[in-house]
Amino acid sequence: MAKQLHVELVAVEEKVWSGEAEMVMARTTEGELGVLPGHAPLLGQLAEPGQVRIKLAGGEQITYEVAGGFLSVAPDGVTVLAESATPASAPQSR
Amino acid sequence: MAAQVRVLRQRIRSAKGMKKITKAMELVATSRIAKAQARVEASLPYSRAITGVLSALASNAQLDHPLLTPRPQVRRAGVLLVTADRGLAGGYSSNAIKTAESLMARLRDEGKEPLLYVIGRKGVGFFRFRDRPIEANWTGFSEQPTFADARTVGETLIKAFTAGADDADGGPGPDGVRGVDELHIVYTEFHSLMTQNPVTRILGPMQVESRPRSEAKPGQLPDYDFEPDAEELLDALLPKYINTRIYAALLESAASESAARRRAMKSATDNAEEMIEKYTREMNSARQAGITQEISEIVGGANALAASGSEV
Repeated sequence: MAKQLHVELVAVEEKVWSGEAEMVMARTTEGELGVLPGHAPLLGQLAEPGQVRIKLAGGEQITYEVAGGFLSVAPDGVTVLAESATPASAPQSR
Repeated sequence: MAAQVRVLRQRIRSAKGMKKITKAMELVATSRIAKAQARVEASLPYSRAITGVLSALASNAQLDHPLLTPRPQVRRAGVLLVTADRGLAGGYSSNAIKTAESLMARLRDEGKEPLLYVIGRKGVGFFRFRDRPIEANWTGFSEQPTFADARTVGETLIKAFTAGADDADGGPGPDGVRGVDELHIVYTEFHSLMTQNPVTRILGPMQVESRPRSEAKPGQLPDYDFEPDAEELLDALLPKYINTRIYAALLESAASESAARRRAMKSATDNAEEMIEKYTREMNSARQAGITQEISEIVGGANALAASGSEV
């Protein structure tokens, strides 16, 4: 994959995850959303409770349960701000 | 003589006991400083990110939010004071209280009525003892604050701040709640292991640095899409931002508290050591004096016997 997305998932008390990914999927208050590299800049409030799924280059997928979250898509990457983020109990892999 | 030696020995024993306790507290405080600093470090990415998001929002949208607009007339000002739950930390709590007092005096001079919000048992005790009104207080987490604690505090403050918008002269407004028109926070900044300074900051109304769209260079500030719209986002983001600010202040205060306690306990340990040395010297000379006296008594007695024998 030539283009990668730089993703940072930060909770208030610590940085939870950061790295390169192919795609980020989240649900904002307006609806489900997938972010690919080159996405237009966007600020969104995440639905409550919400899941953020990060698709890695190898086809692996990481899922976090996020509370009180915001999604910020900037040209240099995606930042997910959360009051708390915990890995989802059953990690899906597709 | 023997009695004096015994008294001194007892004093040495109690000084040694004290030294053990203060030394242990010093070590505990030292490890807590490192932990608190690590937590400050860990909270930085979030606060940096939320600041970035806010200024992006501010540069893209019209900012008109109660938390951002200075009130034309400030009647009451909320003061949030962060102190310790436990003592034995040198001047940590009393320095913070002093700073808060001077802030409140200044507010009164400006014709604003200060309302106190206190975190930490020491501050609560100080104002209770003097029968001074406290609007709300929170205790039990000064050394290891969590974000949930900061959020509880933040919710109360934001509620008071929003309620203050419609207050009339000398009484509550239509909503029946006496609110505040300004929010200040007094906490202790952590500079180094040796210096921690109490500081005052304004929590609200906030000033967000925004650059007007026209001045922004293309590519520097992207045009954002908002989901939901900018006003709703701002509504959701600002309280979180205030909570983050409070959380950061709590963390820094916790680090300062531990550092102050470590220093206080270190000097207590040093003093105990000095006392032990002094008492040991005194005890040795008292014991030696006792021995010398015993010898001189024996020699005196022997001399007397010898003298009486030679006469016979």
